[in-house]
Amino acid sequence: MLEIQNLHASVLDIENSEILKGVDLKVNKGEVHAIMGPNGSGKSTLANVLMGRPDYEITDGDILVDGESIAELRPDQRAHLGLFLAFQYPAEIPGVRPWQFLKAAHDAKAEARGEEKMSVRNFTKLFDEKVEAVGINPDLVKRSLNEGFSGGEKKRNEMLQLEVLQPSMAILDETDSGLDVDALRIVAEGVNSMRSPERSFIVVTHYQRLLNYITPDIVHILVDGKIVQTGGPELALVVEKDGYREYLPAAGATG
Amino acid sequence: MTNQKTISRETDLSGQEYQWGFVTDVETDLAPKGLSEDIVRLISSKKDEPAWLLEWRLKAYRHWVQLSDSEGEPDWAMIDYPSIDYQDIYYYAAPKAATEAPKSLDDVDPEMLATFEKLGIPLQERAKLAGVAVDAVFDSVSVATTMEEQLGELGIIFCSFSEAVKKYPELVKKYLGSVVPYTDNFFATLNAAVFSDGSFAYIPPGVRCPIELMTYFRINTEGSGQFERTLIVADKGAYVSYLEGCTAPFRKSHQLHAATVELVALDDAEIKYSTIQNWFPGTPEGEGGVYNFVTKRGRADKNAKISWTQVETGSAITWKYPSVILRGDNSVGEFFSVALANNHQQADTGTKMIHIGKNTKSTIVSKGISAGQGNNTYRGQVQIMPGAENAVNHTQCDSLLVGDQCGAHTVPYIEVRNPTARLEHEASTSKVSDDQLFYLMARGLSEEEAHHMIITGWSRDVIRELPFEFALEAGQLLKVSLEGAVG
Repeated sequence: MLEIQNLHASVLDIENSEILKGVDLKVNKGEVHAIMGPNGSGKSTLANVLMGRPDYEITDGDILVDGESIAELRPDQRAHLGLFLAFQYPAEIPGVRPWQFLKAAHDAKAEARGEEKMSVRNFTKLFDEKVEAVGINPDLVKRSLNEGFSGGEKKRNEMLQLEVLQPSMAILDETDSGLDVDALRIVAEGVNSMRSPERSFIVVTHYQRLLNYITPDIVHILVDGKIVQTGGPELALVVEKDGYREYLPAAGATG
Repeated sequence: MTNQKTISRETDLSGQEYQWGFVTDVETDLAPKGLSEDIVRLISSKKDEPAWLLEWRLKAYRHWVQLSDSEGEPDWAMIDYPSIDYQDIYYYAAPKAATEAPKSLDDVDPEMLATFEKLGIPLQERAKLAGVAVDAVFDSVSVATTMEEQLGELGIIFCSFSEAVKKYPELVKKYLGSVVPYTDNFFATLNAAVFSDGSFAYIPPGVRCPIELMTYFRINTEGSGQFERTLIVADKGAYVSYLEGCTAPFRKSHQLHAATVELVALDDAEIKYSTIQNWFPGTPEGEGGVYNFVTKRGRADKNAKISWTQVETGSAITWKYPSVILRGDNSVGEFFSVALANNHQQADTGTKMIHIGKNTKSTIVSKGISAGQGNNTYRGQVQIMPGAENAVNHTQCDSLLVGDQCGAHTVPYIEVRNPTARLEHEASTSKVSDDQLFYLMARGLSEEEAHHMIITGWSRDVIRELPFEFALEAGQLLKVSLEGAVG
């Protein structure tokens, strides 16, 4: 279970740069939460702070996984606990092939958890299966990680990693942006097939589009670093129709 | 595995506890410090050399004295070091007896063995590196190895330089100094005068050497200079892959290493020369370390190919430009390099490709990694001579910066004297980005693993040129060499 308590976060070493201004959120095992919000509301920051991106600092509040604070943990330690962030803009790593990278990541997690590392043979089998399932062009995974990948290919590659690493808490940061409808469906199918009572998701998105394919249990509206409304899947449809206007205080004043 | 395909010689060049070092309390037979004609004569007589070789050494010595009195050491490289007192160096050191050497791996410092394991060095190799094996070569004297006999059946000669002088004087006489003459440069001249030992290989016409030939060099004696000389001749249509590994023990004082390597690839021959250079780089504070001034050059005749691959992680100073003289038509020269400068290391390295023959082709891929306060310079020269119709060169020079106190420099010289030449030069400078690090760490890799993966990935174009076993070692070496540069 993930619990976010009164989370405040700023850009590291920059004064008055608070982006998250008291986020409270509780994600139980097996739940899919969607976080929606206008541009600049702090959605991506929230996703990144959860994963421990060093560009941000937590100034108040806490993040708990199964009751234990992870606020001081490094990103790799969080990954070992089962957190996963599907990046909006995955980094390109020249000369490193996806197989090699994922094997190292898989091994690192196993080692940290005191589990046995998967043999090369078994891992390759798993990898090949997932490559097919996610629908990545097999030639692509022979290339350098994300290098020269199109936007859609990068997102599929993120889904491949999600499938291989089988995290217990997956955060998808605008994974739908830059995807065509087919790719969107593949991402959604990936998530849906991985839904289980043991695994939760936070799906960060600007548009409701992705939620046509992934039905969330709970939808939150994040505005100006705070969750301003929480509801069921129907809330996403309201936003789709009316936009975020009514949540924006400035708009209310001028409108 | 690949182990069986490698014949390994070891030249133990001089020992204390830096990671690759160990103290070998071997009683050493030292000539007095300093350089003089008498010392040159002493070295030659200790080795029982023929008169012609002594004469050659003396000519070199006299030329070196002249150079010392006039221009001195070359000063064009981007390296900075206090002047070297050539009279404060031992020029000859040979162990009297190896009785003090460890008898088995059980007698060797477990920490050192752990390091070897970390480096992925095979067990047998670890024993050798630790000075256990009887065929190990301490300081400047080499001992023969067993597989020589098998090679002998193919007519392949692989032995120490001294042995070659005794057994194959005609071959040595014919090719010694034919690619790097004793007048070549200050350090090569010094080497010619006082070279201690080294390796010699000869592959007869049409023979493909079935195994990789390998030499491990070590420096043991404190305050001794190291001057080995390697000569490899691939006769017409022959092929050989040669590996060279270098380690030196921890020393607070600097050690001078001035080696010379000559490669001769006759018509249709191919020589692949791979180096992992891991001389002691000095302490993180910049104390001690090897001054590595090396002259390496190959001559490629008609349709011949010479390929240099190097991973340079050690030495306080690296001054090294493995070159190819493409004198035969259709000859090919290659240079693949990863050079790392961490802490206070300085590397000024690159290559020279001299195109003389028609349709000659050269490829240069240089990757420089700078970390800590390290300074890394690529210095390359591509020369297209008037007769070199249709010469082609492709140069790629990449620099990677780790941290914000290091430096990367690129100094390419291009000289084209034939209008049909085609040259390409690409260069890039990049940093290990925070985005890359976060991405890998978010998948569970530690910061160190993440750095290592980014850096080895970046170096992959070069590392994949290495024979498999060496490639693994190179990857590990980059990792170990960068420890402390990260975080």
